[in-house]
Amino acid sequence: MKKTGKEIWVFGDYRNYFRNRVTLQLLAKATDLAKKAGNPVCAVIFGSNIKEYVNEYIAHGAEKVYVMDHISLKGYNVETYVILMEMLAKKYKPEMVLVGATCFGREFAPRVAKRLATGLTADCVDLEMNDDGLLLQTAPAFGGNLLAKIITPIHKPQMATVRPGVFKELPHDYQATGEVITVPIPKKLPENRVRLISSRHESARINKIEDAKIVVCGGRGMGSKQKFRKLYALAELLGGEVGATRPVVYSNWADHDSLIGQAGRQIKPLLLLSFGISGAIQHTAALIDAKFIIAVNKNPDAPMMKMADVAIVADANQVCSAMIREIKKRIRE
Amino acid sequence: MTMLKMVVCIKQVPMVSELPWDSRTGTLKREIAEGMMNPACKHALEAALRIKHEHGGHITVITMGPPMAAEVLYEALTLGADRGILLTDKQMAGADTLITSFTIARAIEKECPEFDLVICGSQTSDSETAQVGPQLAEELKIPSAAYIESLECWGETIRMKRLSDDFLETLEMDLPGLVTITTRHFHPRYATLSGLEEAFQFSDITILSAEDLGLSPDCIGMKASPTRILDVFSITAEKENYVMKGAVKKILEEVFEKFGDKISSAMGKDLKTHEHSD
Ligand SMILES: Cc1cc2nc3c(=O)[nH]c(=O)nc-3n(C[C@H](O)[C@H](O)[C@H](O)COP(=O)(O)OP(=O)(O)OC[C@H]3O[C@@H](n4cnc5c(N)ncnc54)[C@H](O)[C@@H]3O)c2cc1C
Repeated sequence: MKKTGKEIWVFGDYRNYFRNRVTLQLLAKATDLAKKAGNPVCAVIFGSNIKEYVNEYIAHGAEKVYVMDHISLKGYNVETYVILMEMLAKKYKPEMVLVGATCFGREFAPRVAKRLATGLTADCVDLEMNDDGLLLQTAPAFGGNLLAKIITPIHKPQMATVRPGVFKELPHDYQATGEVITVPIPKKLPENRVRLISSRHESARINKIEDAKIVVCGGRGMGSKQKFRKLYALAELLGGEVGATRPVVYSNWADHDSLIGQAGRQIKPLLLLSFGISGAIQHTAALIDAKFIIAVNKNPDAPMMKMADVAIVADANQVCSAMIREIKKRIRE
Repeated sequence: MTMLKMVVCIKQVPMVSELPWDSRTGTLKREIAEGMMNPACKHALEAALRIKHEHGGHITVITMGPPMAAEVLYEALTLGADRGILLTDKQMAGADTLITSFTIARAIEKECPEFDLVICGSQTSDSETAQVGPQLAEELKIPSAAYIESLECWGETIRMKRLSDDFLETLEMDLPGLVTITTRHFHPRYATLSGLEEAFQFSDITILSAEDLGLSPDCIGMKASPTRILDVFSITAEKENYVMKGAVKKILEEVFEKFGDKISSAMGKDLKTHEHSD
């Protein structure tokens, strides 16, 4: 049966498809949100030769897909996509628009929100539907261990961005069917004012940390840049990657690419070793999917210690050095 | 090449990461917060200063905030900006990104209508939304590019590089336009104390209220902002956990004895859980 309620839209961000699953994750969340009021879950996709993604979105929960497929949309140009999204949203009037907080999405969503004169909440860690059909957007609040629930009570659509890895995608359903609405592109698209001269897939800077089985994370409690370096030795022994908190990155003890948290990356290791980290929500929001956490902190009451499976009350440096020694001793060659 | 008229948007933020915690309440001791220029805004200013030093040009720095936010304008003037504008008004407080960009856009249109390039920090350390820059460009109806790492002026256009979702992109943009700058390159210079003192004495800062901008209270601040904070709460994700203390050597032996299997299975390697086993 076809649903008639107000639509929830998910922007189809398919660049880097195999690494970037955020659209599928948002479709799963939208499916969940739609249960209450029976809203149709829709994906919106722009590009050239994108049929395979349309099918993927349907298999992952989209009941309807708005498609603009044209050779001139090949370049993944933000400005063009903003214009098209504005046009579609004004025509079809979705109730909500969810966008993955990729680099692209973080530039795209605010511009769309501006054109539609509506609110946008960045980096939500949870989304719920209340009884009035309003989207309760939970996002880390300024400083401390606080979360805020934010609503956009009047303006439509209600818009939110969510980082990759916050929600889980639904399994691929080969039986799923969905309605495909092909929308012709406007006859005259404005000239691109920002032109792509070249684009290169930059593998060197791709951080493997999101997929790492083991992450060794260090915070300000490591004490100095030099001491922080020990974490790299430990990570190498374990076959893992090094992550860092924001003060560490700001102090240049670690590269910005290793930042874990709201302003950085989301991780899901089997084993997380956390050294000298207090556990502010902006950091821990990215650790929800860590399977087993060992935390080391001098302060047993630090929030990071409370969320660990094993909480070691000790000096982070000493434990790091000792761990390196112990592992070397215990590895069976 | 004509000299660029640049506008750099900067924000004063608390030195959050340097703040001590109140362990009783689990919040930051905000009352002792000192203000500083947001790191990405410092990089944005640095980008403008380099253009000015290379090609000449004029830099207006603009900030919206409480009267104390004038501090970051003085800092920018010390470093080489030419003019400061402070947007301050109780009515402007509590604006979300949509309304902040609206307000700043009106000030730019009024005070610097001839601008060529607006430069913003890509995000602020106190909110990290990265929304104001792109929204400001929409509001001014000019092209924009976010997360720019380096740029070069080519007369009527600029060339830029950025890393966007693992793609290293080179872009070209017509001017007037807006860019937001990350903290990767453009490492900022620092202001000297004597320079700051001089700036405080001699610089010219324009202070503008909502009325000066001709904005009615209904279209600014919290009142006009579409988003509302319903509730702020703290989470305590407490786990049933195993707490260990004492001598480090002892602790580690116990870690491997009790949890060695977790470590070795994550590594995909066999570890001796007892030091003297086999
Ligand atoms: C909008 C916004 C976004 C943010 N985004 C991020 C983000 O993405 N990622 C992020 O990490 N942060 C982020 N932050 C910052 C975050 O709020 C915290 O300030 C930060 O995570 C704290 O880092 P830390 O734990 O290393 O430092 P601190 O909070 O200073 O903690 C240091 C810890 O080390 C312990 N310690 C000290 N000495 C020792 C020792 N010798 N041995 C053992 N332990 C010791 C202390 O007890 C303390 O618990 C953000 C903040 C804001 C406002």
